Amino acid sequence: MTFLVEMRGIEKRFPGVHALKAVQFDLQPGEVHALMGENGAGKSTLMKIMSGIYPRDGGEMFVDGQPATPDGPRAAQDLGIGIIHQELSLMNDLTAAQNVLIGREPRRSFGRLDEPALNAKTAEIFASLNLAMDPRTQVGTQTIARQQLIEIAKALSYNPRVLIMDEPTAALNDAEINELFKVIAKLKADGVGIVYISHRMDEIKRIADRVTILRDGAYIDTVDAADTPLSKIIQLMVGREVTQNAPDIPDTTRNDVALEVQNLSHGKDVRNVSFSVRKGEILGFAGLMGAGRTEVARIIFGADPKDSGAIFVHGQQVDIRTPNAAVQAGIGYLSEDRKHFGLAVDMTVRANIAMAHLGEFTNRLGVLDEGAMNDTALAYIDQLGIRTPSDMQDVRLLSGGNQQKVVIAKWLLRDCDVLIFDEPTRGIDVGAKSEIYALLEDLAAQGCAIIVISSELPEVMRLSHRIAVMCEGRLTGILPGGAATTQEQIMELATQRDTASVGTEDVI
Amino acid sequence: MTASTPGAPTATLSRIIAAGTHQRVLAFASLIILLIGFSIASPNFMQTSNMIAILQATSVNGVLAIAVTLVIITGGIDLSVGTMMTFCAVITGVVLTYAGMPLMLGVIAAVLTGALCGALSGTFVAKMAIPPFIATLGMMLILKGLSLVISGTRPIYFNDTPGFSEISRGSIIGDIIPSVPIPNGVLILFIVAMVTAYILNRTVLGRYCFALGSNEESVRLSGVNTDRWKIAIYALAGAIVGIAGLLIASRLNSAQPALGLGYELEAIAAVVIGGTSLSGGRGSILGSLIGALIMAVLTNGLRVLSVAQEWQTVVTGAIIILAVYADMMRRKKSN
Repeated sequence: MTFLVEMRGIEKRFPGVHALKAVQFDLQPGEVHALMGENGAGKSTLMKIMSGIYPRDGGEMFVDGQPATPDGPRAAQDLGIGIIHQELSLMNDLTAAQNVLIGREPRRSFGRLDEPALNAKTAEIFASLNLAMDPRTQVGTQTIARQQLIEIAKALSYNPRVLIMDEPTAALNDAEINELFKVIAKLKADGVGIVYISHRMDEIKRIADRVTILRDGAYIDTVDAADTPLSKIIQLMVGREVTQNAPDIPDTTRNDVALEVQNLSHGKDVRNVSFSVRKGEILGFAGLMGAGRTEVARIIFGADPKDSGAIFVHGQQVDIRTPNAAVQAGIGYLSEDRKHFGLAVDMTVRANIAMAHLGEFTNRLGVLDEGAMNDTALAYIDQLGIRTPSDMQDVRLLSGGNQQKVVIAKWLLRDCDVLIFDEPTRGIDVGAKSEIYALLEDLAAQGCAIIVISSELPEVMRLSHRIAVMCEGRLTGILPGGAATTQEQIMELATQRDTASVGTEDVI
Repeated sequence: MTASTPGAPTATLSRIIAAGTHQRVLAFASLIILLIGFSIASPNFMQTSNMIAILQATSVNGVLAIAVTLVIITGGIDLSVGTMMTFCAVITGVVLTYAGMPLMLGVIAAVLTGALCGALSGTFVAKMAIPPFIATLGMMLILKGLSLVISGTRPIYFNDTPGFSEISRGSIIGDIIPSVPIPNGVLILFIVAMVTAYILNRTVLGRYCFALGSNEESVRLSGVNTDRWKIAIYALAGAIVGIAGLLIASRLNSAQPALGLGYELEAIAAVVIGGTSLSGGRGSILGSLIGALIMAVLTNGLRVLSVAQEWQTVVTGAIIILAVYADMMRRKKSN
């Protein structure tokens, strides 16, 4: 039989990473083929090769049985392959219609635009999606969820025969997901082949016909979705039996409150958020993209202003308006984008660790004391188990996990005992993740109060002593950590969009 | 698929505000206040002859500002417009004075030279991935040097082409309505502004200006040939610079090869005052036009009030910082 798309022996290398090793994948008309694997397994890379964004380094690809090598997004579109990217890739300054039909604007003579036709055509596509939106709406003013829907409309506007959806539901609520699944069913009936990437296991069961599993860039297996239990799929993904080892939750209820936040608000991003963390406690923050978790962290850290609310550190009210003031108060923030905000990657491990505290290492004339810096750096390399040949190694040459440890060392040096980790394991391979987890638990055991923001539910559940859940800027609830809480309970709070907030004041 | 539909009037309103109209309104209000202030301070200021002098002074800077606006909206910058203008003027001098060709060919030569230079800058930026700041900095020096080489560092006069000075200094409107002797240079500025505004808001080229400045990677992933459009946009900007070259050469009745440096900064200043975002994706021709007018009114008004030239420069600098600060504050608030 002829496949809609068939890929065989696909190879892809990036500097220092063998991203895809002889991976195979095929797609039939009218099926939903789920592509599963942990972060970094190579799912997105494979799909970027299919859609012409990356060239492949080896292997073959066939479309309708004919050899095909799409050398760009345009070529892939001509083959009927469309993709909805994981990261939103919209032009915020343009309207919805201008985004949806970018590159294919209805034109009059002399390159003049036919704006009414543009809007009418987009309105049609929106109608087929049951999406109530004015095509002239400026994209930047819309919520993440609605932007995601515009992105989906854009992909559908190409009338693709193959549609790749990379985590399309990451920012959608239940009702919106149901609408999306209806659209998928309709596309299936029309014979469109759909590649579906998602981390939500329940979705796979609901819509997938077949499941292909990748692990560490290698092809593992393709199984029938209907008669393969989820536990089997998860086992194939991680390569071992997964025992959801809930954390050993220490009793911290008698410890002092290290950080307390009362009624924090900032515009629409953060609405009346209150919570507290005790010494030695790990408080997880769960929620969908754009739920406001990073915004809360940035306000606490003084990186963004707040409209109202109070922050207490060790019982003292503090007025934090700048990151510098936050650090003075003992609060450290490790942003999700380490390379941009956390590290100077072209400098050495020693320089990075000492960076935020250079005053400590200078004599009265402002000359740096390299010897003292060396001692300190070595102490942290030892304490945190940073794998580096020496403290003079450039940070960019370290693995993601070790880079993360360098950032942590930086904050520990500044005596921060309230540490906020924003997606601490993003882009870190599976092995290093557990090391970071152990490190966070260690820091907590030493008396630090730790906040972990993570979009990976298993991670939040693995780490947290308590789990705070946010949706659309509101704290919708705080759940106990460990085995007491299920993924479903968290998702319910994370998609709870009504205006009435669940009482959180009485939960400490 | 479920969230509420925004009411049409509110959507339109927020769109207008988001499009940066606010800054334009602010700029326009500042312009009016300046005009009123200066006319109260000095009775000579509001005289027709002085108003026309202001407009005439705006023409070259205004056309340059329009050219730079296009590039800035794509998220780029063009530092070469000043010396490119001079280069176009010199080429026109070569065509008209050295080769003795008819006036029309000189006009075409200026516009074509500008378009080619712009396309070259665009190629550096798009194909060779050189940051616009560096690419156009290089072009600025190359064109300055070439102007001096070609002219032998001497001005080229247009005495053999009597119609040439009419391009800027004549007044078609004045011929028809003698009481309104608006010079052709000003007329050309407004025509260029209207045509460019049309291109920017109603054509595919303009759409890609905004799209590139808003999210270039997204445009590329949508299958648009971004390199080609970027080159086209720089070329269009260059052609407009060619028109500025004609205006200044006509006003001086000569191509002055040493002139040009510094004009690019005044043009960028006008664009910024007019509310176009230096990070791209937002901006307007009308704004840049108002920006250029503000700068001309300021210079002229201070001169009428006999403020020393040195101080005029200081005030201009302060205005730029104030304008951008006001814009930043507004944006911070709206977020």
